[in-house]
Amino acid sequence: MTHPFKRLCWLSPLLPLAGCEAVVLRPSGDIAARQAHLLVQSTLLMLIIIVPVMALTVWFAWRYRASNRKATYNPDWDHSTKLELVIWAIPLLIIVCLGALTWVGTHLLDPYRPLDRISAETPVDNRQPLQVQVVAMDWKWLFIYPEQGVAAVNELAVPVDRPVEFTLTSTSVMNAFYIPAMAGMIYAMPGMQTTLHGVFNEAGEYQGLASHYSGHGFSGMRFKARALDDAGFDAWVAQAQAGGEALDRARYLNLEKPSENVPPMTFAQVDPQLFSRVVNMCVEEGRMCMAEMMALDAQGGLGLPGIANVAALSDPGRGTPRPVLGLPPFQVSGICTVEELDRMLASAPAAPQPRDPSPLRGRGLDAPQGILGLGLIPNRLTQSVPQVGAEQNL
Amino acid sequence: MAIPSDIPTTFLLGRLDWHAIPADPIVWVTGVVVAIGGAWLMWMLIKHRLLGYLWHEWFTSVDHKKIGIMYVVLALVMFVRGFADAIMMRLQQVLAFNGSEGYLNAHHYDQIFSAHGVIMIFFVAMPFVTGLMNFVVPLQIGARDVSFPFLNNFSFWMTVGGAVLVMMSLFVGEFAQTGWLAFPPLSGIGYSPYVGVDYYIWGLQVAGVGTTLSGINLLVTIIKMRAPGMTMMRMPIFTWTALCTNILIVASFPVLTATLVLLSLDRYVGTNFFTNDLGGNAMMYVNLIWIWGHPEVYILILPLFGVYSEVVATFTGKRLFGYTSMVYATVCITILSYLVWLHHFFTMGSGASVNSFFGITTMIISVPTGAKIFNWLFTMYRSRIRFELPMMWTIAFMLTFVIGGMTGVLLAVPPADFVLHNSLFLVAHFHNVIIGGVLFGLFAAVYYWWPKAFGFRLDPFWGKVSFWFWVVGFWVAFAPLYILGLMGVTRRVRVFDDPSLQIWFGIAAFGAVLIAIGIAAMFIQFGVSIRNRDALRDETGDPWDGRTLEWATSSPPPAYNFAFTPVSHGLDAWWDMKRFGQTRPRATYVPIHMPKNTGAGVIIAGLATVCGFALVWYIWWLAALSFAGVVIASIVHTFNYARDYHIPAEEVRETEDARDRQLASVGA
Repeated sequence: MTHPFKRLCWLSPLLPLAGCEAVVLRPSGDIAARQAHLLVQSTLLMLIIIVPVMALTVWFAWRYRASNRKATYNPDWDHSTKLELVIWAIPLLIIVCLGALTWVGTHLLDPYRPLDRISAETPVDNRQPLQVQVVAMDWKWLFIYPEQGVAAVNELAVPVDRPVEFTLTSTSVMNAFYIPAMAGMIYAMPGMQTTLHGVFNEAGEYQGLASHYSGHGFSGMRFKARALDDAGFDAWVAQAQAGGEALDRARYLNLEKPSENVPPMTFAQVDPQLFSRVVNMCVEEGRMCMAEMMALDAQGGLGLPGIANVAALSDPGRGTPRPVLGLPPFQVSGICTVEELDRMLASAPAAPQPRDPSPLRGRGLDAPQGILGLGLIPNRLTQSVPQVGAEQNL
Repeated sequence: MAIPSDIPTTFLLGRLDWHAIPADPIVWVTGVVVAIGGAWLMWMLIKHRLLGYLWHEWFTSVDHKKIGIMYVVLALVMFVRGFADAIMMRLQQVLAFNGSEGYLNAHHYDQIFSAHGVIMIFFVAMPFVTGLMNFVVPLQIGARDVSFPFLNNFSFWMTVGGAVLVMMSLFVGEFAQTGWLAFPPLSGIGYSPYVGVDYYIWGLQVAGVGTTLSGINLLVTIIKMRAPGMTMMRMPIFTWTALCTNILIVASFPVLTATLVLLSLDRYVGTNFFTNDLGGNAMMYVNLIWIWGHPEVYILILPLFGVYSEVVATFTGKRLFGYTSMVYATVCITILSYLVWLHHFFTMGSGASVNSFFGITTMIISVPTGAKIFNWLFTMYRSRIRFELPMMWTIAFMLTFVIGGMTGVLLAVPPADFVLHNSLFLVAHFHNVIIGGVLFGLFAAVYYWWPKAFGFRLDPFWGKVSFWFWVVGFWVAFAPLYILGLMGVTRRVRVFDDPSLQIWFGIAAFGAVLIAIGIAAMFIQFGVSIRNRDALRDETGDPWDGRTLEWATSSPPPAYNFAFTPVSHGLDAWWDMKRFGQTRPRATYVPIHMPKNTGAGVIIAGLATVCGFALVWYIWWLAALSFAGVVIASIVHTFNYARDYHIPAEEVRETEDARDRQLASVGA
C-alpha cells in the first residue's frame, strides 16, 4: 500500500527509463503516497483497455494490409449489434469502477479533510495538527506558525509524523503551493483562504515550489521543506524565536514588496492577527476589512453615506489598478472600533471541527443545514465570520 | 527589461512612444529578417504582377474553397511562428541549469509561453479546422457555397486581423505575460499595466467575431443546404462532426467574448469584476473562461474525429463500422463537453463532492471517445488497407491518442490531479492529444483533400520523411515531459536548480529538433509537389477511390462545385453512384446563380483591426474613427445590390465538356 512505486517499476510502459527518481510516485508523505497509489491503480485499470486496443490496431493494420490477399475482405460489413454492445459496455464498466474509485478517493484525500492516519501503520494520535499559515507573495513564500509565534520566508520546517494543517492565501495574484513529497497542491488566492492537510513520514529536506505561474519572479519561488524530528523542530523554533526580528504590519507591508530569489529568513514575533488581516485585505492602516464590509452588507450596507466613506489609498503599491478611464485608486475606510475589529479577526475558525469518519463526505462541504440544506451556508472563503452581537455595533 | 509603469499618454499617439520598441536583440534580428522577407515577397508579387490577381481572385473571393485554402495558409504561417516560440522555450529550459539564467529574461520568456499557447490554439488550430470545414463541408453536402458567402470572407479577414494584432505585439510593445488564458488578478491593470494583455484581449476579440460568425455560417449551411435526399443520418461523418463543432462554437464563443469584455472593463474603466478589491472575484473569471475553454477542446478535436472516419473508410475500402453509434458518440461528446469545465481547477479549493462530480463527468466522455476508437478499429477489421499518407497519420493517431486519452482520464481523477496539475505531465498530456489528435488529423486531412483542392497529389517520399520525423520527434519531445511531471517539475518555469533534470530537457529539445525537421520536410514536400505537379496530376477527381460527394466533382472543383445538384440515396453517396454505374447528368445546362466577390470583408476587418490597435495604445481618436468606419462601411455594404451573377449556361457546358475530355483521357 505504501510503495506504489514498486508496483510501477514493472509498469514501465508509462515511464520507459525514469520511474525510480519520480518523487510523485515515491513521496515521503502519506497523503502524496495515497495519491500516487490512486494514480497507479487508475493507470492499471485503464491499461486493461488501452493495451488490447493498441495491440489490435497494430495487428489489424498489419493483417489487413492491401497486399495481404489471404486476409478476408468484407467491404459491406458495417454493423454488429453484439460488437457495438461490447465496445460501449467495456469502457463503461471500467469508468464505473474508476468512478467509484474516484468518488471515494476524492473524499478521503480531500485537502480540507483532517488526516485520519499518519501513515499506513500509524493511526492519528490525539495531538492537534500543527497550524501553518501560508502567504504567497511576489515572489516568495511566507510561513506563519501561530502557535509558536514565529514566521519564516522561503523555509518551511515541520515535525515528522505530525499532521500539518496549512491555511493559505496570497497577497497579490493567484499561486499554488506544492510540496510534491508531502501532498498535492492547492491554490493560494488573494482575498480567499484555502486549506491543505498533509504529513511527512520521513525526515529530510524536500523541494517546495510555486506551481501556478505568478509573474516574472515565479521561477525563483522555491523553498526547502524540512521535515525534522520533534527535538529538531523545537530547536528550529527556539532559534527563530531567539534570532529574528518582529513581523508586524509595517514589516509585512515592506516584505510584501516584489523581490526575487529571496534567501530564507525567520521572524521572532508575529502579529497574531496578521494572517487574518491578509485574508481580509486590511493590513494597511485604515482600510476596511472584508469581514467588516460583508457584515455591513449583510445589514443592508451603509446606504448613501457609504459613498463618502472612501479615502485615497494609504499604500498604492504594485497591483493598484489605475485604469486609464477610471477613478483614481481609492480604498474604503474602516469604521469599526479597534475592539470590534479585534473580536472580528480573532474569531477565526473556532474549535477544530470533529473529523467525519464517513469516507463519502469530506470536510470541503458543510453539513446540510435546515430543510433540504437550504439554511444559511457560512462563507468558507474568509476566515472571519463576525461574532453574534457584533452587528449591533456596526 | 523594465517598462515604466506610468507612461504618459498623448492625444495623438496615446501611450505609443519609444518604449514600444522592444529592447531585445533577439526581437530586432527577427524584425529585420521579417522585414527583409516581407519586402522580398512584396517585390516578387509586384514583379510578377500578382497583387491584382491576389486581390481579385483570392482576397475578395467569396468562394468557400478559396476561403478555406486561405484559412489553412494563415494557419501554416502562424504555425511557424508558434513553433519558433516552442523551440525557444525548449532551448531556454535546457540551458537554464547550474546557475545559468539561460538566454531569455523573464519578461521575454513569459511572453513566449503565453504567445505560444495563444497562437497555437487561436491562430493555428482554429483557422486550420475552420478552413478545413469551409473547404470540405459544402462539397460533401452537394452545395455550391456556404449559406452566407460574404460573411465567410468577412470572418476570415477578422481572423487575420486578430493574428495581425498578435504578431504586431512582437515588434510594437509586448505581448501578455500571463499564460494563454490570462487569469486575473495577474492580467488586471494593476499587475499588467502595459499593452501585453490589451493585445491579447483585442487580438482574441477581433478574431472571435470571425470565429463566431463562421460558426453560425457553417451551422446554417449544414442545416439548410444539404443535397436533396441527404437526411441527417445520411450526412457524411465529417459533416456530422462539423455540425457538432459549429454548435459548440456558436454556444461557447460568446462566453469568451463576454468574459474578455468584463476583463477589458476592469482594465479600461476600473470596474471590479475580477479584481482583488471591492467585491471582485477572480475565481469568476476562471470559471467563465473554462466554460468556454473546455468546449473549445472539443471544437478542435471533433472535426478531426470526422477526418479520421472519412480516411479510415476510404483507405480500408470498407463502409465505416457503426456509423450510427459514431453519430451518437459525437452528439454525446458535444453535450458532455459542457459539463466538465471544473476539472481544469480541481486544485482551487472546491469541495470533494464537486470535484468528484466533475471528475466523473470527465471520465464519462472517454466512453463515447473509446467507442469511436473501436469503430475505426473494426472498420479496419476485414478490410484492404492502403497505407497512403492519410492512413499512416490515422494509425499514428490511434496509437498516440489512446495514451493521451489515458493520461487525460488520469488527470480527471482529482487526487491524481492534485499531484499532477500544472506539472509537465499535464503539458505532455495536452500536447499528446492536441498534436497526436488535432495536428495529426489536420495533416491527414491536408494529404487527403490536397488533390481535391489543387488537382495534384502530394509527393509521398517527402511526406513519409515528414511523417516519421514528426511521429518519432513527438514522442522524443513529450515522453520526457511525462517523466519530468512525475518528478514533480511544474510548467512555465524559466530557471532550474536540480541538475538531474537537465538530461530530460535535453532529450525533449532533441525531440523538438526532430519535429523541426519534420516541418521542414513538409514544406519541402509542398515545394517538390508543386514543381512536379504534372506527374502527380489527379485527372479523375477521385484519386483515393472515395466515398463521399466531394469526390464526384473534378479536382479542383469548378467555381460552382456541381453543375447539377447531386441527389443522395444513402450514406456514402458517391460510392453508391460508382457502384451502380451512375453517369454524370448532361441535360441542358442552365445558368448558375453565384455570389459575387466583394472587398467589403477586407475593408471592414481592416478597420476593426485598426480599432483594436488604437484601443491597445489608448489612441482614442483613432479608435472612435475606425469604429465609426466599421459601422459606416457595414451600412454602405448593405446598399451594394450587385452581389450576385450568373455563370452562363454556355460556360458551364464548356467546363463540363472539358471535364468529359479529361475523364476520357484517363479512361474513366
